[in-house]
Amino acid sequence: LKELEYTPAPAFSTDEDKTPFEDVVRYNNFYEFGTAKDDPARYAHEMSVDPWSVQVDGECDRPGTYALEDLLKPHALEERVYRLRCVEAWSMVIPWIGVPLADMLKRFEPNSRAKYVYFETLHDPDQMRGQRSLFSTVDWPYREGLRMDEAMNELSFFTVGLYGKTLPNQNGAPFRLVVPWKYGFKSIKSIVRIRFQEEQPATTWEMIAPQEYGFYANVNPEVDHPRWSQKRERRLPSGLLSPNWVETQKFNGYGEQVAHLYKGMDLRQNY
Amino acid sequence: MRSTGLVRSRRFLLGFRLSAALVALLPLAWLVWRMAAGLLGPDPGQELTQALGLAALQLLIATLCMTPMQRWTGWVGWVRIRRMLGLCAFFYACLHVLSFLQFMVGWQDLWATFTTRPYIIAGSVAFLVLIPLSLTSTRGMMRRLGPNWKRLHRLAYLSVVAAWVHFVWQARSDIGEMLVYGLLIAVLLWFRWRWNGWRGLLPLTASNSRANSDRVG
Repeated sequence: LKELEYTPAPAFSTDEDKTPFEDVVRYNNFYEFGTAKDDPARYAHEMSVDPWSVQVDGECDRPGTYALEDLLKPHALEERVYRLRCVEAWSMVIPWIGVPLADMLKRFEPNSRAKYVYFETLHDPDQMRGQRSLFSTVDWPYREGLRMDEAMNELSFFTVGLYGKTLPNQNGAPFRLVVPWKYGFKSIKSIVRIRFQEEQPATTWEMIAPQEYGFYANVNPEVDHPRWSQKRERRLPSGLLSPNWVETQKFNGYGEQVAHLYKGMDLRQNY
Repeated sequence: MRSTGLVRSRRFLLGFRLSAALVALLPLAWLVWRMAAGLLGPDPGQELTQALGLAALQLLIATLCMTPMQRWTGWVGWVRIRRMLGLCAFFYACLHVLSFLQFMVGWQDLWATFTTRPYIIAGSVAFLVLIPLSLTSTRGMMRRLGPNWKRLHRLAYLSVVAAWVHFVWQARSDIGEMLVYGLLIAVLLWFRWRWNGWRGLLPLTASNSRANSDRVG
């Protein structure tokens, strides 16, 4: 992992206790490398992330294939300490390093027909053993998407590092999204494709179980997942003798910045 | 593999039962060790709950393997450890339920937890059914219940199927492991069907087969 140069962005950072580095890098959901929490830490080294390029297409004026370092060159990196809330009712606090997603997306000059932006994770069974599994119900590649105004929100983060260094592979190297007011699965990892489009894209979890996972996936303690309550979360690391329960906040506590995006929408319908 | 002198000796049987008990307690020992050494990871409650539930399912399956093993090998030692394995399965299931309530639910919203979530309802069925089976597992109860004992203990099939449903329902995207357990259970139930027909699988009904105290597993 390479050291990164960055400036802290306190206006975008929580001062809650951070989840230690070793927990952030050993407890991951990254099904491309297996479904157990420790599979990614064990197998993600089988993926090569250098060099890395991204294909940009769809409703924008500057489509093309971009090398990651060329994309990053004009930007100054900043550090934001965000809460990450998984739909499985656990959460972490992680110091991410990256650039505002809006700054990055604007460079591709999306046109007026760009209502949504779609992202795709690398699909390469040779490097990703989870994609070789015969019994997986995931239709690879992993897909995610945001409405354009969500993507352009100041909180959406194009992330290349954590704890001062480049991202470990299991955390989505070389770059991923971090959308802190949504459940963790929206924060797609190891991105190879960005597409601007007019229609709402189909997203992986919604495709697998539409009654359980919606397109919006905003953190919301009032709307339970059918298999577990969303009222509280276990802030990691949690102990057996001192279970670290935290009350879940609507929009993961980022309502001030994002609640206006959903004005007039029924969040029970659009979960 | 018919019984020979050594295999029939009391000392061999005792050693076999002791080894089986040790193997049945291995998952617990492994968990206690990992707990003590802080090796359960950042979300230890979740890890513990899952591991205990899996051990309960595995032991339940092991319990149901004993009767077929006895029939296949002709050795009575297999059914001699059946009750102990079943009680161990119940023991792990109790710890699993406690761990779930303590670490996953935090003893809150219990009513909603047990009435609105289908996978928990399936797990509850699997667990509740084991209670009467454990209570009637003594020799005295076996004698007192007579033929009804067998009918009652066919509930073990319901328990293992409900436990499997509970397990599969939690799969998020990869069901390979679940299918292996499912296949095992299917084979074990198929044996019962072959021996006794459908009535041999259904609990609480009279079986039309010849009486044989080793038929129920």
